[in-house]
Amino acid sequence: MTETKPNIQTDLIPILESVSDPEIPVLSVLDLGVIREAVKEDGVVRIKLTPTYSGCPAMDVMSDDLKAAFYKKGMQAKVQLVLSPAWTTDWISEAGKRKMEEYGIAAPLEETADKDALLGEKKVVKCTNCGSTNTHLVSQFGSTACKALFKCDDCQEPFDYFKCLK
Amino acid sequence: MNQNLYHYILTIADTNLILGQRLGELCGHGPSLETDIALTNISLDLIGQTRSYFQYAASLFDEEKTEDDIAFLRKEREYRNVLLVEQPNTHFGYVMARQFLFDVFHLMFLRELENSKDETLAAIAKKGIKEASYHRRFSSDWIKRLGDGTEESHTKIQEAVNNLWRYTNELFQMTEADVAMVKEGVGVNLEALKEPYYETVSEVLKEATLEVPERKYFQKGGKEGIHTEHMGYLLSDLQYMQRAFPDMKW
Repeated sequence: MTETKPNIQTDLIPILESVSDPEIPVLSVLDLGVIREAVKEDGVVRIKLTPTYSGCPAMDVMSDDLKAAFYKKGMQAKVQLVLSPAWTTDWISEAGKRKMEEYGIAAPLEETADKDALLGEKKVVKCTNCGSTNTHLVSQFGSTACKALFKCDDCQEPFDYFKCLK
Repeated sequence: MNQNLYHYILTIADTNLILGQRLGELCGHGPSLETDIALTNISLDLIGQTRSYFQYAASLFDEEKTEDDIAFLRKEREYRNVLLVEQPNTHFGYVMARQFLFDVFHLMFLRELENSKDETLAAIAKKGIKEASYHRRFSSDWIKRLGDGTEESHTKIQEAVNNLWRYTNELFQMTEADVAMVKEGVGVNLEALKEPYYETVSEVLKEATLEVPERKYFQKGGKEGIHTEHMGYLLSDLQYMQRAFPDMKW
């Protein structure tokens, strides 16, 4: 029912890859899965962008950055915000999840494990610093809408966890 | 323009906006860093949803209108939010009680709105459900923690629930726009949510060792633009920049 595969024209991929999430700069908008469509028609690139969270302030920045990136290559881009189908953390690419972990943000777990983690029932979130799962939830809400705050009980490092959204 | 649809969107969106504004006032004033961040995160979600509703409402006009015109340039009597959400931030327990009494309704409401014949409203609802269920979990947890906490926290949260209870019934009041939108398969039948709402709220309150208030008299008026004395002060804050510098942009 949910259309998950985005319609992205292959020759536009390098430009899209150059635009990153302002909050998690190691992730490109493609890694994040927020680009639902990018096609060039009559010299204009039409992009459909979907927000991670309704109020995510990074959306306006991404939209401006996309327009600027295409403008630099001599192309005009029009960005449209689409709400349906709603974004899910499943759309973050495998490469994206890896980059996120290296950056110090624990990647989203699948739904059931995520629930256990956020309710503090099981210790399943892996510390991005030492790899231990001996971690605990500090706050359900983290530095941005999409993250929760955790702390490792082995190496004592605090770290962000990207919440599963389905 | 479909006046009923416009008013229908405003009632939903204004409630989100005003609660978002109230929570935003707490930025930097939360009792701990984590709760401060949580409250502003919830505010951000609510205002994000408001933007989607207002963008849709603005598109209904024949003349050019923006979400900002709707958010900032109306008068008090033109805001249709429920009275519950405009109640001031007195103490953390009060803020959590207000949030909990709204969150339980909000999630139920969005789960119905998701089936609306109006595709835009259905899409906004679908997105919002994920956020609202997280909010509800957070506020329910706090109700339990404070209710089942110390004597002091128990007393304070019980008083807050008793005080805010009078505003809960308005959530289910059907306006002319509600009736018209339900008929068209666009709106949500609020009356049908009433029983499950009080059931869920009572369950959580009991788990929190709190008493369920037995009030028979309820306040209303917000949906018709008749607000409590707190609303004017809230709006003067909210609208300050647009009133001082008309048409300003960031």
